[in-house]
Amino acid sequence: MSAEIIVVTSGKGGVGKTTTSASLATGLAMQGKKVAVIDFDVGLRNLDLIMGCERRVVYDFVNVIHGEASIKQALIKDKRYDNLAVLAASQTRDKDALTQEGVEKVLEDLSKDDFDYIVCDSPAGIEKGAHLAMYFADHAVVVVNPEVSSVRDSDRILGLLASKTRRAERGDGAVSQHLLLTRYNPARVEQGEMLSVKDVEDILGINVVGVIPESENVLAASNSGVPVIMDENSNAGQAYRDTVARILGETRPMRFLDAPKKGFFQRVFGG
Amino acid sequence: MGILDFLKRKPEPTAVVAKERLRIIVAQERSTRGAPDYLPLLRNELLEVIKKYVNVDLDAININVERDSGHEVLELSVALPDGKPAGNAAT
Repeated sequence: MSAEIIVVTSGKGGVGKTTTSASLATGLAMQGKKVAVIDFDVGLRNLDLIMGCERRVVYDFVNVIHGEASIKQALIKDKRYDNLAVLAASQTRDKDALTQEGVEKVLEDLSKDDFDYIVCDSPAGIEKGAHLAMYFADHAVVVVNPEVSSVRDSDRILGLLASKTRRAERGDGAVSQHLLLTRYNPARVEQGEMLSVKDVEDILGINVVGVIPESENVLAASNSGVPVIMDENSNAGQAYRDTVARILGETRPMRFLDAPKKGFFQRVFGG
Repeated sequence: MGILDFLKRKPEPTAVVAKERLRIIVAQERSTRGAPDYLPLLRNELLEVIKKYVNVDLDAININVERDSGHEVLELSVALPDGKPAGNAAT
């Protein structure tokens, strides 16, 4: 049984790829899966901070590709789930540090090591790092914000997933695509100031696998290095849990799509 | 605030504008996706040639590449203006 490879990608930067990678990997681990999450953003390592393991990075992805460390030495075990491990990006400025053969070898080694899922956190853009993050994927989570440039870029990415991946080149069946809408603000949608879930689905022609509401808990979670999915009291955390369940094949209704109704006192006194 | 303000048309919500703009640009980009890189140049050079004979602008030329099983069809359509030849153009 080989590992399922999931790329988290978007094209545009700052839409929530790393937040999503951290929560998706942690969510899969919470379901008992053995999970590795890899930061492909060479030169701009950040997943370690979001996962809260930044002070335990000894070896990184490029060290493993160059044979300077084994995959076992470089994987950082999560402190909360021992079936979860992080492979940090290198801080080198050499853009060619990642090679297709090198990435393939690391993914194969992880697969042999009985990992169930490998989550690849893609860098922004459509350059080499982003290409390699998606190339070997079986599934893709395309993170999109309800905003014009993000929606347009995600359409480019959906096109690349359909043509520039190993599955596409070999004709092995398509990479399964999951659209994840993040930073969603139902109140602004109701005011006609923000694209709705349906608008984004109509434009891109695929359905969303989840909608993560804009939430102050996301910043709080990254401040403390705890993936927001672990915050079971936050809407964002619960929405990520639903999303992970759907990716694993469960059917769950979408939540948090409506603006909270104003209470009596708010209506009378404002606020 | 005037008393007749309710007669004015409300401005269109910006989300509606965003959706319409995206629908158009996404459709346009999908139609050229995977097409060879030389298409824009080819389009401009063809335009220059056509312009020698007929007054057309860039929007009048539409280039499409369609893939059928195994072969590609390069489709070129030029919308000619009504009876306004630039020189001694053929009709």
